[in-house]
Parts: sequence; structure tokens; C-alpha cells
Amino acid sequence: MATTLADDLRPLHHPHSWVTKYVWSQDHKVIAIQYSVTAISIGLVALVLSALMRLQLGFPGLFPAIQPDNYLQFVSMHGMIMVVYLLTALLLGGFGNYLIPLMIGARDMVFPFVNMLSFWFYLLSVIVLVAGFFVPGGPTGAGWTLYPPQAITEGTPGHQWGIATMLVSLAIFVAAFTMGGLNYVTTVLQARTRGMTLMRMPLSVWGIFTASVMGLLAFPALFVAAIMMLFDHFAGTSFFMPTMQSMGAITDTQGGSPLLFQHLFWFFGHPEVYIVALPAFGIVSDLISVHARRNIFGYRMMVWAIVIIGALSFLVWAHHMYVSGMNPYFGFFFATSTLIIAIPTAIKVYNWLLTLWRGDIHLRVPMLFAIAFIFTFIHGGLSGLFLGNVSVDVPLSDTFFVVAHFHMVMGVSPVLVIFGAIYHWYPKIFGRMWNETLGKLHFWITFLGVYAIFLPMHYLGILGVPRRYYALGETAFIPQSVHLANAWISIAALIVFVAQGMFFFNMIWSLFRGPRADPNPWGAASLEWLTPDTPPGHGNWGPHLPVVHRWAYDYSVPGAARDFIPQTEPRT
Amino acid sequence: MSILTRLTEKSWEPGAQPVERDRPSAGAVGTVAYFGVALVMFSLLVAAYLMRMGLHGGMGHEHDWKPMPDPPLLWINTLVLAASSVAWEVARRKRMVSAAAFGAVLGALFLGGQLLLWNHYQAAGYALSGNPANAFFYLLTALHGLHIVGGLFAAGRALAAANMRNIALCALYWHFLLVIWLVLAALLLST
Amino acid sequence: MPDRLRASYIGRGLVPVAVAIAMLVVGSVAFHLFSPWWRTPIASNWGSIDSALDVTLWICAAAFVGLNLFLAWALVKYRHRPGHRAHYEPENSSLEKRLTFWTAIGIAGMLAPGLAAWGKYVSVPKEATVIEAVGQQWQWSFRYPGPDGVLGAAGVKYITPDNALGLDPLDPFGRDDILVESGDLHLPVGQPVKIVLRSKDVLHDFYVPEFRAKMDLVPGIVTYFWMTPTRAGTFDILCAELCGTGHHEMRGKVVVETPKAFAAWQAQQSSFGQILAEAPPAAMSILLIKANACIVPPSWSIR
Repeated sequence: MATTLADDLRPLHHPHSWVTKYVWSQDHKVIAIQYSVTAISIGLVALVLSALMRLQLGFPGLFPAIQPDNYLQFVSMHGMIMVVYLLTALLLGGFGNYLIPLMIGARDMVFPFVNMLSFWFYLLSVIVLVAGFFVPGGPTGAGWTLYPPQAITEGTPGHQWGIATMLVSLAIFVAAFTMGGLNYVTTVLQARTRGMTLMRMPLSVWGIFTASVMGLLAFPALFVAAIMMLFDHFAGTSFFMPTMQSMGAITDTQGGSPLLFQHLFWFFGHPEVYIVALPAFGIVSDLISVHARRNIFGYRMMVWAIVIIGALSFLVWAHHMYVSGMNPYFGFFFATSTLIIAIPTAIKVYNWLLTLWRGDIHLRVPMLFAIAFIFTFIHGGLSGLFLGNVSVDVPLSDTFFVVAHFHMVMGVSPVLVIFGAIYHWYPKIFGRMWNETLGKLHFWITFLGVYAIFLPMHYLGILGVPRRYYALGETAFIPQSVHLANAWISIAALIVFVAQGMFFFNMIWSLFRGPRADPNPWGAASLEWLTPDTPPGHGNWGPHLPVVHRWAYDYSVPGAARDFIPQTEPRT
Repeated sequence: MSILTRLTEKSWEPGAQPVERDRPSAGAVGTVAYFGVALVMFSLLVAAYLMRMGLHGGMGHEHDWKPMPDPPLLWINTLVLAASSVAWEVARRKRMVSAAAFGAVLGALFLGGQLLLWNHYQAAGYALSGNPANAFFYLLTALHGLHIVGGLFAAGRALAAANMRNIALCALYWHFLLVIWLVLAALLLST
Repeated sequence: MPDRLRASYIGRGLVPVAVAIAMLVVGSVAFHLFSPWWRTPIASNWGSIDSALDVTLWICAAAFVGLNLFLAWALVKYRHRPGHRAHYEPENSSLEKRLTFWTAIGIAGMLAPGLAAWGKYVSVPKEATVIEAVGQQWQWSFRYPGPDGVLGAAGVKYITPDNALGLDPLDPFGRDDILVESGDLHLPVGQPVKIVLRSKDVLHDFYVPEFRAKMDLVPGIVTYFWMTPTRAGTFDILCAELCGTGHHEMRGKVVVETPKAFAAWQAQQSSFGQILAEAPPAAMSILLIKANACIVPPSWSIR
């Protein structure tokens, strides 16, 4: 197919009406925006939930409307929405869809119809998820981990219908993701334009590609777990349900294994962390390289590190289960594999720093976010070593240290990359430039604010403050100052929460009033900046596909006239 | 060029422009990638099956896992699915649409047979919630059956268009489902 | 890029983000040194866990400070100035190899004490006495093996209002077991204990911050951990596994006291046999039906 790919205006589905162009669209760029808008909208719901949680934790008793059940529901929905419906959907469905074809020189995804279907399934999963707020009993309050048996027994909010909508929604999401993921993987393998070898692809594509492969292999575990729990819930089976009491009465279930669910869940759950992290790693590498006017340092090492991290992440899942009651001897293996994964991750950090080193650093807003990412990721990555190091995890597990760690490493860090990426590609996507002052203000409040939130949280965890507590109550080891810390964290969180309004205002206002953007405002070398139109038109490339002659990182090449050489420029 | 050579390319160095080689069709790559997804799903279910089975005993429930009997229908269904796979293979090699149609019919017949099997078990009192062995049986056969349904849908489209490339992909898919079924059947029969 | 845009981006002498990063590093170290929140004073033998945490902390802190100060320095040193151009260098394998090597050393340095402490955590000493903690939504109960040193069989199916912990009434080992149904857990100081954990309903987690140790309670199986209390005092028991609405209220107390005080306290508690003896006959028959017993075995003298 290679020769046919190059110049063939394949039977692209050309839209004619507004509806086929923007609603039932098969264009990867429109689907990307549909995915992004949906993901960010539901993400805003999760953000509001987190603000409500912080109100309760920071000022216990001040908001009588927030009851323990509500609090647990906020915790659970916040976690699940952020991890799956925002981060996964936005990084892969949003950025993956937009960037892959443009960065590898394709006209679209290889299966545009399936791609469209993927979005509509995703939207359906979000609708079912949101329906959970309106069913009797409200959404599930079992934590985002949804551990049985409590997820489906009395005593947990939403144990009747909330958990059912959650599980059904997840199963639909997995179907949506599988359709999308097959598309991303096949497109990268199949539809690269002439000259685009694997090692000439930008790291964004490598990150998204590897994450997609991982998602395809990890999400089935969630799917299987969700289906089995639905069976337990509605058909009376005992996959996960042990012989137990519920509210003093013996249940009909017997012999099932809650640990089986945990293994399945984390077989998905740990790779999921990297499904979110790897696209962020890839994207941030490109932001740093472009704005430091320097090739990404050690490109090959960066690619290998992405692939190795992806592979290893399937061998570490039980580090979430050191104190779960599983065979304790597993701890030796999983601690070792977990700490080994830190080595390729550290290499990535070194190479980001070494890209800045001897660079020509332009501190534009996308770059500021990328730098903030390096800082928060170093912090979150290092705190992960505490939790991976099995015996150190024993006192820290299920405390605020864990909350602080995973927010730093897979909440704040990827979100900073997402902000950076939106600022970076916005001029290409919409053909307009955003307001820089607002962008910088947004950056400063967000960056400093999140650190003010999560740094103290680590220390509360080391002190022993448990997570998922509606109120700390009278506890001898918790000093009064902890309540002060909680109030402080809540105030910082609310400030950061409100500051996001600047971002949304900036993005929407600039859409209509922003100055027209240069087609390549940052002087980037990769293909997506070289489209004939800005924003790129249907089919992306006009009559002829681009031909690639070099890698994506020819910045500041000695002897070159400009400080970047586009990928399409032939070698002399 | 091996994958290793491709992944160690020093792409910043001036080199000869790579030679474009024929790539397999997108459909083939996508199908094989999906095999990976399904393989993981069924592997996890098999792992869960074995883990759950090993858990009987403990906490006073010695007779938790009660294996189901193996009726002859199970063997007959397996043979039907194998024959279906053979028909698809003939269709792929000889480019015979009629053989493909026959394969699809046999696939549908397998599904019917599986439903009969369900009926048989239900009538014999092996209810879904009665025992984890039953639950796993219904779950595994249902998920496998859904894959056959999906395959029949794709086969219908390929047959309607008499698209030989897609018929070849269907054949591949059928072989894959046969292998999965053989593993599942072996698991169900041996435990 | 249009000149108008470029002009506003040209780096100035001051690089605020570099200053911010340096300040955050300094601030984090200061926060670590001066904030009032740190480990609770330890009350068990798990000093090795604390040491492993300290080693991890020092290695990680060195990496945190070093990497971020390098970041801040690079941002200042290599900020954009007119005429400045980046250095072109695709990779430097020897540098990357050295960095990999030293990282691996650092990782091994953390892992070794971590695994060593875990090795102790998973090997229960033979002389440890067995004590059971039973969780249910949302309270703790405890059981001591009594004079025979063996906990009798127990299971959810035996539970009745008069046999709340679900002991098998037919198991002779259970007769002398001492039950503490809504009181405190008492432990003798200096004596290793293996805490076996059983849940009547959902997942829970037995967590005493001062002991460092914790472990989940999983319905259907019996889990355990061990430790030696080293300091007398009263400590809070918390649940550290989300177990429903009352999760945050699932509290207990553990009293660590001298062996003498412990023995005195234990002598005042009632054994399962005593509880059975005091139970009314109707309750007894329910209890025995649960145990699938039709007749009272001859060895049993209830009254």
C-alpha cells in the first residue's frame, strides 16, 4: 500500500452539510475537538467535585449539605472522571486524534468511520456516567477503585444503581477506546507518509502510539472486571463476592475473591497511569525541544525509554496491593520491578534537562508549562519511589501521601502538559493567537497553586492522616495544626479552581477576537506546522502528501540559515 | 530491515531516503491488533478462572467449585466451528465466495449450538448463579459468542461486497476464534 | 514569527520561572525542616521501615534538589538572547550511560533497605503470640487465644447475636478464647504479636500510625502482620481501606502496657465458653443450628 498511500486522495468522506461536517464527522480533526470538548466538560464536573471535597476537608462542619455519603461520592466520581474520562480521553482521543495524522503526514485516520463511532461511544459512556448522578441513591461512593464487596453492598453510597451506571459506562468506554486505539495504532503503523521512518516521528507520536498499544492491552482487564462485577451485582454470581455479612445479615454469595478484582483492576490501573503519562512525556518533549530551539537530547534513548516503560508497566501492578492481603512474598518482585521502571523514567527527565542545557530557551507560555511539568514530575516521580519501595509503602499506603503522590505525578503533571499543548497548538488548530498576559497569569497561579496544594499533603500523609476520610474526628496523633493545613490546602485549591476561568475565557475569547496566527508561530520543524492551510483543511495536505527528508528535531543545525529546518526540506 | 535496525536508526544523520516497501493493508494490521486485545481479554478470564477455582476451600466452603458435566454437544459445537474455519480457509485460498458463505453459515450454526448447550445446562439445573464454574462457563461462552456475532456481521458485509481482501481477513478472524474456543473448551473440559 | 510577537518573548535578564523553581526548592527544604508534620513517634519494632523511608528520602531529596537547581540554572544560563544559538548535539551516549549507571546505583541503594525491611515484615517470629482483630462496618473486635494459645475455628456462617465473632461452637480450641467485642485492644509491651485479621463484611484495614504496620482485612480469607510494641501507651486504631459511609468513624484503641498489667486486664475478660454458659437456651439452639449440629456432643457441658 505504500505507493498508493503517498499521493492518493483516498476515498475520503467529503462532508457536504454542516451536520456531516461537524456532527457526524469522520474528519480526525473534528473528532479530536469533539473528544476534547466532551472530555474537558466532564473534567469540569470533576473539578467542581474536587472543590466540594476541599470545602468539606478544609472547613469541616461548615457545609452541612455535604454528608459522608456525598463526600465519598465526590471522591469516587472525581477520581474516575479525571483518570479515565478526562485524561485518557483528552490525551488519546483529543490529542491523539488531532496530532497523529498531521505529524506523520496522513490525510486522516485509517478507519475514519470507526473513529467517528469511537467518539459516539465515548459520548454515550459519558452520558451513562452522568446518569449516575440522577439514579436513586446517587453515584457510587466506593472510591474510583470500585473494590468489591463494598461497591455493591449496603453501607456504601450508590451500591444499587450508582455502581451499575459506573460499570456500564466503563464497559462502553472500553469499547470506545478500543475502536480509537486500534485506529491510532494502525494509522501510525500504516499511514506514515513517504520518508517518515519510525525514528523520524516526533516523540508526541511515540508517546501516543505506545500509550494506545498499552490501552488496548490494559483496558480489557477493566472490561472483564466490570462485566464480572455486573454479574455479581445483578445475576447473583460470586466471582468477587465472598461468604460475608452485609449489615448483619449473611448474603447469598460465597467463596468469591475480592483480591481477584483487585488484581484485574490494577492490571488495568497501573498501565493506565502510563497511558496518561506517556502521551504527556511525548508532547512535553516536543514542547521543550521547539521552544528551546534544540533537538530533543538523546532522541533514541527517549523512544526506547517510552517503549520500555510501556512494557514494564505491565509487570508492576501489584505494587498497589502491598498491604491488600495478597501473598506477601509478591512484594519482593513487585518492588523490584517498580523501582527498575524508575530508571528509564529518570533518563527521560535527564534528557529534558539536557535539552534545555545549551539551548536557546524562549520562555513562551507553552514552554513555561513544560518547565513546570518537569518540576512537578520530578517531585511526583520521586515520591513514587517511596510508595514503590514495598516496606516504605506500609505506613504510607492509604494516607494523604498517596493522594499527594498521584495527584502530582498523574494529575498535575499531565494537566500542565495539556495546558502547554493547548497553548502550543491552538494557533494551528484555530488559526488564532491567544492572549499572552492572561496565559502567563494562568500559568503562575496554576503552577504555584498546585504546589501549595500538594506539597503539604505529603507531610500529612507521613504523619499518618488517612485518605478518603469525611472528617478526621478526635484522633490523638493528629495535631490541631493539621486542620490549619487542610484549610490552607482548600483555599489554595479554590484559588486554582477559580483561576482556570482565565484559561477558558482566554481560549474562547481568542477564538473570535484573537489575532490571526502565523502558520508556524514557534518555528517548529515537525509536519503538523507545514500544512498548506491554517487551520488544516479536510484531507490536511492539499493535492500532494508531504515527503519527509529528515527527523523532526533539526533545530539550530550548524550552518543552516534559520534555526530550524522543516522535516520536508530535502538534504542538499 | 529488521525492527531492531529500524529502532536504532540514527535519524538525524544524513542517510539514503528510505525505500518504500509494501505494507500490509490497514485492515489486516487492525485485525491483528484486535487479536491482541481479545487475546488479553480471554487470557485474563482464564487467569481469573484458575485463580477463582484455586480458591475453593478456606473459610468453610470446601465444595464451592463444582465442575459442570461435559455433554456431547460441546464436542459437536467444536467440530462445527472447526469446519467453519476450514470453509473460510478454502474461501481464502481458492478465492471462493461460496465457501465463505458456507463458513459463515457454519459459524451461525455454532452459535445456535451454543444456545442449545446453554439450554441443556439450564434444564439440567446448572444456573448461572449456582456455582462459580457455571458462572465462568456462561461468561466465557457469551463473550466468545459475541465475538462470533461480530464476525458474522463483518462476514455479511464482506460477502455482500464479495470483497476478497475482507473475506481473507474474516478467515483469519475465524481461525483466531477457533483457537480461542479450543483453549476455552479444553479449560472447561479439563476442570 | 511576526516581530511584534517575537519582541515580547525575548528573554530578559531576569528569568522569573527560574527564580520560582529555585525558591520552590529552597521552600520545600525549609518546609521539610520546619513544618510540624512528620512521623508520629514510633511505638513498635519497625524502626527498619523508618530507616528505609529515611534512606529513600535522602536519596530522593538529593535528586530533587540537584535536578531542579540544574533546571533553574539552565533556564538562566541558556535563556534566549539576540544572536544566541543553541548547541546542536543529537545525543551523547557516554553521558547517558553514566547517568543511567548512577541512577541504578541510587535505586539499588533505596531498594536494598526497603526489601530488607520487607523481609522482616513477612517473616513472623515463632514466639509471636496470635491475636485476632475482627472488622465489621464500622467497628473493631478482638480475640485472644486463651490459655491453650490457639484460636478456635471461626467463620461468618457461625455468627449469631450471641456469637458475634462467629466462633465454631463445636471447636474445643475456641472455648477458652477471650473475646473483646467493643473494648480496647490490649497488648503487652515487648512481646511480638502476630495480628491475624478477619472481616465479617467488607474490606477494612487495621492501621495504627505509631506501629507503622498495616494490613487489609479481606472477607473470605485471613490476613496477618506482626510487630512488637515497644512503648507503653494508648494509640488510635484507624480503618485505612474505604469501607463505606462510616469509614472515618471506624475507630478503636490499642493499649500497650506492661505484661503484668496486661495479664491483670486479661483475667477480667470473659472467654467464649463463659459467654456460651450465660447465653439463654433459645440463643444456644440458634447457635448450634448455625454450626449444623443436631446434638450436643458429650464433651460439652453447657450448664
